[in-house]
Order: sequence, then structure tokens, then C-alpha cells
Amino acid sequence: MSWYPYCVAGWLVLAGIFGVVRSRDLIHTVICVSIAQSGTYVLLLSIGYQSGASAPIFGSSTPPSAPVVDPVVQAMALTDIVVSATVTALLLALVVQVAKRHGTIVPDELRALRG
Amino acid sequence: MPMSAALPPLAITLPIAVGCVLLAAGRYLPRWAIDGLAMVGAVLGVALAALLMVATAHTRVITWLGGWQPRHGVTVGIVLVADRINSGAALLVAVLTAAALLFGWRYFEDVHAHYQALTLLFMAGMTGFALTGDLFDMFVFFELMGAAAYALAGLRIEEPESVQGGLSFGVVNSLGAYLCLMGIGLLYARTGQLGLAQIGAALAGKPADPLVLGGFALIATGWLVKAAAVPFHFWLADAHAVAPTPVCVLFSGVMAPLGVYGVGRVYWVIAHGVVADGAVRRMLLVLGVLTAVLGALMCFTQRHVKRLLAYSTIAHIGLFLIGLAALSPLGIAAAALYAAGHAGVKGALFLLTGILLSRHQTVDEFELYGRGTQHRFSGVLFVLGGLALAGLPPFGTGLGKALLEESGFGAGMTVLVIAVSAVTGAAVVRVGLRTYFGLGPRPSRESSAEETTGRQEQPEVEESLRRTPATMLAAVLLLLGGGLLVGVLPWVARSTGAAAVRFADQRGYLAQVLHGATSRLGDVPDTGWSAEGVALGLVSAALAAGLAALAVYARRLPGAVRIGARVVGRPVRPALISLHRLHSGHVGDYAAWLVVGAGAVAGLLALG
Repeated sequence: MSWYPYCVAGWLVLAGIFGVVRSRDLIHTVICVSIAQSGTYVLLLSIGYQSGASAPIFGSSTPPSAPVVDPVVQAMALTDIVVSATVTALLLALVVQVAKRHGTIVPDELRALRG
Repeated sequence: MPMSAALPPLAITLPIAVGCVLLAAGRYLPRWAIDGLAMVGAVLGVALAALLMVATAHTRVITWLGGWQPRHGVTVGIVLVADRINSGAALLVAVLTAAALLFGWRYFEDVHAHYQALTLLFMAGMTGFALTGDLFDMFVFFELMGAAAYALAGLRIEEPESVQGGLSFGVVNSLGAYLCLMGIGLLYARTGQLGLAQIGAALAGKPADPLVLGGFALIATGWLVKAAAVPFHFWLADAHAVAPTPVCVLFSGVMAPLGVYGVGRVYWVIAHGVVADGAVRRMLLVLGVLTAVLGALMCFTQRHVKRLLAYSTIAHIGLFLIGLAALSPLGIAAAALYAAGHAGVKGALFLLTGILLSRHQTVDEFELYGRGTQHRFSGVLFVLGGLALAGLPPFGTGLGKALLEESGFGAGMTVLVIAVSAVTGAAVVRVGLRTYFGLGPRPSRESSAEETTGRQEQPEVEESLRRTPATMLAAVLLLLGGGLLVGVLPWVARSTGAAAVRFADQRGYLAQVLHGATSRLGDVPDTGWSAEGVALGLVSAALAAGLAALAVYARRLPGAVRIGARVVGRPVRPALISLHRLHSGHVGDYAAWLVVGAGAVAGLLALG
């Protein structure tokens, strides 16, 4: 098992957070949150990966004794994707309202809450 | 399987079921039916949590979902584990939800059942987070309560501040949740388990390697974001400033303290004996002290009353973290009693602020000056709440504070705890004296660019209230009375002491969850009032009253004193202004601080 997928996962999370920090557009911010989350999918899937193993669906081509990748992390990634869809939709809906009420979606120009 | 094993899943699913009925049928039902149905859901939740409290008097209640019991300590099942601490948290969630719904009975005029349904989903998420014994389920419930909370914070979508606060809240908490999920992934990679007990058993007896340490640091970061520890605290003030007032009761009273609970649970089941005690204590103490001090400073220098209360919550979260940092049953009992008393008192204060907002359309302390003089009774309650926050005996907050001072940190920590609680209490008393009693000179209304004033808030009710509805005042009295009962009933303190011992009993937890073995409880610390605790509680309440009077009458002081104060204050003022400037309302800054904080947590743990 190489370090490569773990590095990709860490990179995606950090790149996503960096994107949020430097964002000049709230839609960009929300997409960057999704990118940070995709890092967690890569991490989970690489934890369950086994070289030479097949998908964890047993049938005629995959007898129960055959090596398969870990299905638990796949279920976790799936749950994570559902959560992501909900949160992204909710955040985008809030961005639409920010655009309507503030007339801008540039984070630097949102001045309502400070101190 | 005993009957009591059905209680935890029921406590989680029942509010979800009622919430779904409300969402489906909300548009066809009249308003009273919506409110009544939601209230039935919350009250049944109170009953279930109370039954669970009874069932967990001498043991843990363990529910293997779907009947997947462990065989010889090996299991593929998912488990709910209730003890007195987390069923108490579930009870707190249900009681605060009921109070929020009672207060909201006449509060929102036009809401299509969304408010009630979201509140019930929020309740389910928090109950699940408290009761589960599985790390990944903790993450899922964390996200469920998160999603419901973002929507509740941004509920008043016509308001610019509301949607902005909801958005920052959502972004910061989501990023925290993803860091937490990475930590869960790392622990799964090491142990192949997701259950807390299973992970604890797999790691037991081995010192932490960097992978386990990193996993624990990331999970702690996730829960600390929810707890709003410094430097993850920025979202909390924004979310509280914009959320409907009854929702603030839930945010402050139980959602943020549940983050502290999460850190405690994960430490005591998984990390105790694996990660060095010194490292965990250092991490919790550093964050706790920073959070308490910064929260108190920001609280005292606010004029937006809801933000002021929010920063006071942050200061108290710091105190709960210090209680946890004692890494002893007494510290846990202190934090638990403090949190329970705080929930009642802070909830009552938020609701009183909500009444002010609906009556005067502003939550600016300076604008509110002298406007509540018709409502002296509310004023007395508000000032009493402020003094209780400072630790006035016999409120639960006072008991928690007294036990915190006795948790073995020494005199320096006692001084800090008294100072922090007195300053946050003083800020509240100051608002109460100015608003309801019109004391002191009228504050000037000019505002600087670095603060949120809370002027011209949209009222949350359609027409401003001439008379306070009985339901609103009933909710206030219920919460304040609850905060009082926590400190008055000796039974509460005693059983919290025993509950804290069981909470900290790692070996007993693993043995009961994995092998069904029950164990005897160790020595229960004395968690009653001591003479010293009462005296120090009175001292901090007196300090709070004095400090508030000083703030109210600052401009009437003799000239020499004022000039002296100005000379002393000269170096402090720029520091305070830059502190306020740090709270920029910019979501990118918050994300940057999140990374800094995650690094700090990992660094403090890695120092060994």
C-alpha cells in the first residue's frame, strides 16, 4: 500500500480549506467545502483498499473466500456523500438568499456581523 | 432484552417521526394543531429521557440495534450506550426543546411548521449524538444536528444578517466535521472498528502511535468546533446573533456543551491510558483558559445583547473545558452540573431578550436604555439571571463553579474562575440595570465600525407586543427554576457524582458493552455545597454586581478617578479594538483560524 492516496486525501482537504480562506465568491466557497469533503472520500476508500481485491459483491465470479476491499468504508463514504448533498444544497440556498438580501456574494463586502 | 433497552432508540426516532408528520401535514393543519403536535413530541421526549434517567441509576442501558449482540466480545453491530451523564444530556435537550416550543407558541406568526419540524429534527440529532456508542454514528448525528441548526440559524431568510450568520455557521461546522471524519477514518484504519468500546478495547494497553494521536487530535478538533472553543468560536456569536431567540436557547444551552461532552466521551472510552494524561490535560487547559478569558472580555465589551449572551456562553464553555481537564470524576461532575445550571439560566436570559426584541424591535443595549421600566418583574428576573451566571448560590451554576474550584487546580485557577464568571455576570447585570431600571446616565448612541449594535432588528412577531403572553413568561420561569433546582436538590448533585464516576470508568464501560459484565462503582466524590464554595459564589456574585454598577455609573465617577482609569485603559483599548477586529464576520478568516486551531490541538497533544 503506497502513501500516495493518503497524500491526495490530505491535499484535497487542505486545498479545499485554503480555497474557503482565499475565496472571493460565496459559490466558490461552497464548492471548496465540497472539495474538502471529497478528500475524506479518498481517505476512506484508500483505507479499505487492498491490492488485487475485487468489489465486495459476492456472486458467481466472486466466491465468498475471494479477497474483497473493505465494504464498511464504502458505506461510510456513501453516508458521507448523502450528508454532503444535503449540506451543499442548504449552503447554496443560503448563498441565494445572501445574494438577494445583500446584493453581493463577495465575502469581503459582507459587513453585517462583526465584533 | 430488558424493556429499558427500547428507550434510547425511541428517544431518537420519536422526534424524527413527529417532525416528518409536521412537514408532511403542516400546510393542512391549523396553527394550534402544529404547535400542539410539536409540543407532544417534545414532552414525550422529556418522558422518555426521564425514564432513561431512572433506568440508568445503577447501570448502563445498552441497546444493540437490530439485535446484533456481541459473541465473545466480537460484534459487527451498532450500539447505543446510555448512562446517567448522557441520558441527563438527552433530558436537557428535551426540556430545552419543550421550553423553546412553548416560548415560540405565540412568537412566530407565519412559519408553515418549518420551525417546529426543524426544532424536532435538531432535538433528534442532539439526542442521538449524546446516546450513541459508535464513533461514526456520532459523526452522522453531529451532521444531522448541524444541518438542522444551519437551517434554524438562517430561518428568517428575509434578513441579511440571518442568512450570512447561517452560512458562516454551516461552512465552519462542516469543515470541522470533515476533519473529525478523517480522524475517525484514521482510528478505523488502525483498529478496524467504529464502536467506541471496540476501538477502546483494540487500543487498550498500547501507547499511542502517531496515527492514533493524529486521529484523536482530529476528532477532538471536530467536537471542539461544535463546542466553540477558541479559536473555533467565531461562528457561535454570529449564529446566536441571527438565530430566532428560542433557537438560541438550544444552541447555547445544550448544542455547544454537547461538543465538550463529545471530547470527554471519546477521551474516557478510547484515549484514556493510550494518549498521555499530561498531553490531554495540557491541551484542554490551554484551550479552556483561552476560551474563558477571551469569551469574558468579548462579552463585557458587547452592546448587542444576543451577542453578549453568546460570548458569555463561550466563556462558560471554557470553564466546562477546564472541568474536563481535571481528568477526574469530580471535574466531570463539576462540568455536568455547571452545564445543566448554565442551560437553565442562559436559556431564561435569551428568552427575556426575545421578549425585549419583540417589544422594542432592538437588542442594542444603548437603545434599550430605560425602555423596560414598565416591566420590573422581567427586570428582576434578568438581573437575577446575571447574578446566577456569576455563580450566586444556590443556583446550579454556583454549585458547578464551586466544584470546579475544588477540582484540584490550585488558587490561581480559583481566581480565574471567579474573575471569568463575575465578568460575564456583570455584563448581563449591567444590561438589566440599564434596560429595566434606567440606572446611570444615558449611554451615547454613536457606534464604531468594529461592532454589531443590534439596532433596527426585524421583530420576530408581526405586531409588537403590548403584553407579554403567559406562555413566554412561563417558559422563562421554567428555565430559571430549572437552573435553581439543579443547585438546590441534593439528589441531583449526589447522583451526578455517581454518574461522573461511571462516566470515567473506562474498564467498566468496555466490559459492560462488549461482555455484558456489570462492575461495582468506585469511590464517589463529595459533590455537595461546601461552606467555601458558598462563600466564593457570593464573592463572585458581589463582584459582578459591583462591576456592573461601576460600568453603569462610570461617567458619574469623580474626575480624578476617571482620568486615572483612562491612563490605565490607554494600552488596553487598542488591544480590545484589535480583538474585536479579529471577529470580522468573514467566513474565510474563520476557516483560517480553524486550521490554526487544529494545528494547535495536534501540537499540544504531540508535546507528550
